[in-house]
Amino acid sequence: MLIKRPSPIRSAEITSKRDYLSRRAFLKTSGLTAAALAGAGIALDGEGAPGAQEAPHGRALAGVQRSPLSIADKPSTWRQITTYNNFYEFGVDKESPARFAKGLNTANWKVTIDGECGRTGALDLEDILKGETLEERIYRLRCVEAWSMVIPWVGFPLANLIRKCEPTSRAKYVQFTTLDDPRQMPGVRSAVLDWPYVEGLRMDEAMHPLAILAVGLYGEVLPNQNGAPLRLVVPWKYGFKGAKSIVKISFVGQQPRTSWMKAEPTWYGFYSNVNPNVSPQRWSQASERVIGGGFFNRKTQMFNGYGDQVAHLYAGMDLEKFF
Amino acid sequence: MWAFLTDRLSVNPLGDLTSETGIWTLRFLCLTLAITPLRRITGWNAIVRFRRMIGLFAFFYGSLHFLTYMLVDRLAGLVEFPGGLVSIETIRRLAASIAGDIAGDRPFITIGFTALALLLPLALTSTTGMIRRLGRKWQALHRLVYVSACLGVVHYWWLVKADISRPRYYALAVGALLGFRAWWSRRRRSRTPARTPAAHPRRMPESQRHTM
Ligand code: HEM
Repeated sequence: MLIKRPSPIRSAEITSKRDYLSRRAFLKTSGLTAAALAGAGIALDGEGAPGAQEAPHGRALAGVQRSPLSIADKPSTWRQITTYNNFYEFGVDKESPARFAKGLNTANWKVTIDGECGRTGALDLEDILKGETLEERIYRLRCVEAWSMVIPWVGFPLANLIRKCEPTSRAKYVQFTTLDDPRQMPGVRSAVLDWPYVEGLRMDEAMHPLAILAVGLYGEVLPNQNGAPLRLVVPWKYGFKGAKSIVKISFVGQQPRTSWMKAEPTWYGFYSNVNPNVSPQRWSQASERVIGGGFFNRKTQMFNGYGDQVAHLYAGMDLEKFF
Repeated sequence: MWAFLTDRLSVNPLGDLTSETGIWTLRFLCLTLAITPLRRITGWNAIVRFRRMIGLFAFFYGSLHFLTYMLVDRLAGLVEFPGGLVSIETIRRLAASIAGDIAGDRPFITIGFTALALLLPLALTSTTGMIRRLGRKWQALHRLVYVSACLGVVHYWWLVKADISRPRYYALAVGALLGFRAWWSRRRRSRTPARTPAAHPRRMPESQRHTM
């Protein structure tokens, strides 16, 4: 088994001395309040004080291979990834998943396959993983709330599972449904979204080699708060496209109406590709706050930097219209 | 600040600053609005002394909120500083991006900004001297706090992603506090005025006579 160490910091990521000095000058001259200064100091070292509990470390996954599709950026820390995320089934605050997902029972997990495909029925997680080589995929994650992380997922290509299901020619889209269990998930007891959480991809997007189903993080079993035991990761789209704790995968002819499209149709489109030029929501998408990355934002890249690999999927489409 | 002191910051402390200061602005606004009803119901007139302080707290937190927005959201979001960080060019770009937000790029900011702008004259005229000088006009002017609180709620409502339950609590609180006033003044008009504490203005010091 290969446990990949986080790659060393790229020189580009290290704050240059000039930036550092000018930042100092700025802090000195701008007459910030003591509170703001303290805040900036904390952000620069990247690790907040303990608030939400980070996930306990889980079982190490065997046979995890490196992938050439990983990026070289330094991954966010275990603590950052497992204490600060959205998983509305466990509550709407960033620390809610870390607090309330502990009790989620992921044993004997089944995923129902249905719709326009040759092999429908319930699959055990073991069936799904049978014959798959687990790969570490270090991807950028860009949240629609204008923050970002770098996450060392462990998973396998979604395309592999789709092929196993033998979709018919009528299958144009793949729809993902998250567990909706009010006994285990306090968040679904209030009608914040139209539960269950539904996400979807066009078939060609779903077949793209970058799209994976993740079962792990940092070489270990995926923590509950990050969508255990099986979640979607589509790195060129905003994070919410990655349905978590998936219980159903459906092959459908019509474009699915996702939970977020139903909640706020002017804010969320079906595609939700990362796009710095289009900000239909309240956040400006032009730049992003890198969690643990210092005071200044980073410019957001088209398709979250995966444009070379995925831009062809959208050739000829007006991305302002199909946001 | 409270979260900072109690060790409850997340891994995105700078992001937290804007939301914490925003929510405290709204809480203090609700508190100022609660003083008069509380006084009416309990007859505890002495608490009106705290109203000015709480109102100024609301303004102070609102200003901090605006400052964190300016720095954490806008300045940090400029990303590029062609003229150097401390330069006229930076100030120009910062001002342009804030002006864009206020002019309607992000309507919830237009609303928030209006809410804070309305508090400014109130803070400026909160000195005892100003209260005395403006007399009746002071009272009318300070009714602007009603508008500011309502806009604060709209601002919150518009910015949340899906869960409107928290803005709804504040909407209910502000609605109840303003509703109380409407109800009270109707009641006062229809009943004998002698029952209300405010009907004995001469017993109260000048600065406390003006009611919201
Ligand atoms: C009386 C005036 C104001 C009140 C009562 C107020 C209140 C609030 C509240 C309650 C929040 C939500 C906090 C949360 O999510 O927990 C908020 C967020 C925010 N406010 Fe205000 N606000 C005011 C003025 C302003 C002004 C003047 C601006 C900027 C020009 C502004 C910009 C923002 C921004 C950008 C956020 C979002 C922060 C985030 O993304 O977490 N607000 N405000």
